[in-house]
Amino acid sequence: MSGLRVESATVRLGGRTVLDDVTLGVADAEVVTVLGPSGSGKTTLLRAIAGLQPLDAGRILLDGRDLAGVPPHRREIGLVFQDHALFDHKDVLGNVVFGLRMRGDAPARARERARELLELVGLAGYERRSVHTLSGGEQQRVALARALAPEPAVLLLDEPLGSLDRRLRDRLLEDLARLFADLRLTALYVTHDRAEAFALGDRVAVMRAGRVVQVGTPDELWARPVDEDVARFLGLANVSDGRVVRPEAVGVRRARDESRGQGVVERAERQGPTVRLLVRLDDGDVLETVTTALDHPESGERVEVEIDPEGILRLREP
Amino acid sequence: MHLVAYGVPLAFLAVFFLFPLGAIVERGLRGDGEGSALDVLADPLTREVLWFTVWQAVASTALTVAVALPASYVLGRFSFPGRSVVRALVVVPFVLPTVVVALAFLALLPDEVERGWAPILVANAFFNVAVVVRVVGTFWAGLDPRVGEAAATLGAGPGARFRDVTLPLLAPALAAASAIVFLFTFTSFGIVVILGGPRYATLEAEIYNQAVRAFDLRAAAVLSLVQLVCVALAVWVTMRLETRLAVAGGVRPERDVVRPPRTTGERLLLAGSLGTLAVFVGLPLAVLVERSLSVGEGYGLGAYRALGSPTSALLATPWEAIVNSLVFAAAATAIALVVGGLAAFAIVGRGGSRLLDGLLMLPLGASAVMLGFGFVIAFDRWPIDWRAEPWIVPVAQALVAIPFVVRIVAPTLRAVDERQREAAALLGAPPGRVLREIDLPIVSRALAVAAGFAFAISLGEFGATVFLARPDLPTLPVAIFRFLGRPGELNAAQAYALAVILMAVTALSMLLVERARLRRTGWV
Repeated sequence: MSGLRVESATVRLGGRTVLDDVTLGVADAEVVTVLGPSGSGKTTLLRAIAGLQPLDAGRILLDGRDLAGVPPHRREIGLVFQDHALFDHKDVLGNVVFGLRMRGDAPARARERARELLELVGLAGYERRSVHTLSGGEQQRVALARALAPEPAVLLLDEPLGSLDRRLRDRLLEDLARLFADLRLTALYVTHDRAEAFALGDRVAVMRAGRVVQVGTPDELWARPVDEDVARFLGLANVSDGRVVRPEAVGVRRARDESRGQGVVERAERQGPTVRLLVRLDDGDVLETVTTALDHPESGERVEVEIDPEGILRLREP
Repeated sequence: MHLVAYGVPLAFLAVFFLFPLGAIVERGLRGDGEGSALDVLADPLTREVLWFTVWQAVASTALTVAVALPASYVLGRFSFPGRSVVRALVVVPFVLPTVVVALAFLALLPDEVERGWAPILVANAFFNVAVVVRVVGTFWAGLDPRVGEAAATLGAGPGARFRDVTLPLLAPALAAASAIVFLFTFTSFGIVVILGGPRYATLEAEIYNQAVRAFDLRAAAVLSLVQLVCVALAVWVTMRLETRLAVAGGVRPERDVVRPPRTTGERLLLAGSLGTLAVFVGLPLAVLVERSLSVGEGYGLGAYRALGSPTSALLATPWEAIVNSLVFAAAATAIALVVGGLAAFAIVGRGGSRLLDGLLMLPLGASAVMLGFGFVIAFDRWPIDWRAEPWIVPVAQALVAIPFVVRIVAPTLRAVDERQREAAALLGAPPGRVLREIDLPIVSRALAVAAGFAFAISLGEFGATVFLARPDLPTLPVAIFRFLGRPGELNAAQAYALAVILMAVTALSMLLVERARLRRTGWV
């Protein structure tokens, strides 16, 4: 069977179980994103796959072959580090060509391929630049080109966009998605950002406290979060008492008079095309909802609230 | 690899440092017909020497700080044309051989006052200004100026700002620099034996006097032990201060901090501080050159021409002494790089020990004269009758240089990001290849800098070499010392000429170091 498979991987560091019985597969040409808060074991998972962190239990298979005992430099697994870890003492070309030299490509051929890759990531002409002179986004692209150059069987990415500002991140996200599709890459992408995870992953694995608690397509996760924590982490609103009320299922309109209505708008914020409304219900609870209307109730106005039963989701007991 | 990195430095230190040290302890404490160690300690002369050693070190340190502080401030706070050149030039006195410094002041001072405590203090300060300027200046440049600005907006004037804000922030750097200077001046040897005359001797000079002139090996050994205890105490204080210095964080990139002087007052301060520094550092060296060229009433190259001829002061021609020095220094540099470089790898590598780190720093504190004396009494019988072997000289010089090599190489190695090694491995580089592709290119510059320092230190090494250099194979500093011990104008002029040559070769090797462009690492 092809692709990457992690089976019951466990890592204990200093008495703490950092990776707890993790099982996860990445099929050929599939992109799986790993989503979790910091300290949930995401980076340790990548390091274990790369061979930089020995497993205490479990195994890692690449195309059906057990990688136990295979040192990092023979695994054919690429890793894009958080903060890039570029070679400071080499220029851009020297960084990208490194993996090609290591696998024994002839110098001219290696340089040719490195140039192709720099073109692919949009850095043609940057060959002789020192890596210090590059912006964060450019460094990120060099790190990507460097990892891709030796054509690894699997590409691992550890929060590669974490250190960049938002607008740049959105742009690089699109570039990455296109690159993954064009090159039919098998990739495992770690992030704490829901938008990144959903945008890039064919499937998303949610991690918490060293465990993978749910795996599914973005739609599956959004439709059926496994528990309250996951629901909140995915950004679902109105999560309480083992149920979720989807904001889009909550209808709100101005009350015709004071005696009608079930609550008062506490906040109204425009977020691009939609407006997010927080309604304080008469029983004290706060309900979040969205509307696309230009003429929406303002804060302080009394509103009538209607909930579509289809939009209420019962969660498994935590 | 790991075994070699640990084993070689440990074996080297065991044979050439711990064993001679043991010989000194044994000789000092052994009781026999000649009396005991207590007799030496009870001798009023010992107390006198100890007292002079301490107070001249304290006074020299104070003088050094007084001269260096304004320069530290202007170098740490202001940008001006030639700032990097000044920073580089300030280090020159520190790497000059002590014999050259002593001679420079001998040349500068009028004949009747040239020997005494005052020139010792001034020469010590000249030698150590670089330490304070580098440590305090670098630290000062790293202090966030906005803290002072915040104090100003809260109503603090310039005086209050310095007293209540700058000085407390600067205190750890100042203390660490003072401790290092104290250590160096406490073990001052070349300067004291040349400028102090018979009346003034530090412990270090007295060890030499007892061992070589009075031939009282027991007294020399006991004094060595006294010195060792004092130095260990000072080193302990220094290391504690350095730890505190390391945790005092909030250091900012230099370019955010330095700025051109704005007011007339600032420009005057800049000009005044740099002018004082220039006179203090430049004048003695200029006079040294002048004296080497003066023959009788006029000027000429007579002293230099005489260097090729035999002389009554030496069993070799002065020219041969120059060649000896270069050969010994090159050999010592090679030894120091191998042993020190391996030690740096061992210290920084996984499971690197602070024990080896501390052990390697010991020769720095144990002082050169002690090393030389230890060699003489330890390697004196078959099968280790090595004290007359020519190779023992570079071994002793390497021992003095190794702490510097480690101090330069280890921080650079430590600065190599572990993830870069991991990245290289994931791109297919096996461990040996990682070492070659990642560690070596980054460390090679530090190794070049270390080589320059080791060469300069070995070239000027005097305290140990004076015990070990055979009469027929003198080094430059030893030859200079012998010339000084002889009467006559030509002998003096030749001493000055050799000092100028020694200075030139040292300056040249340091120039090559600057070319290798060091990433600043601490005070070296």
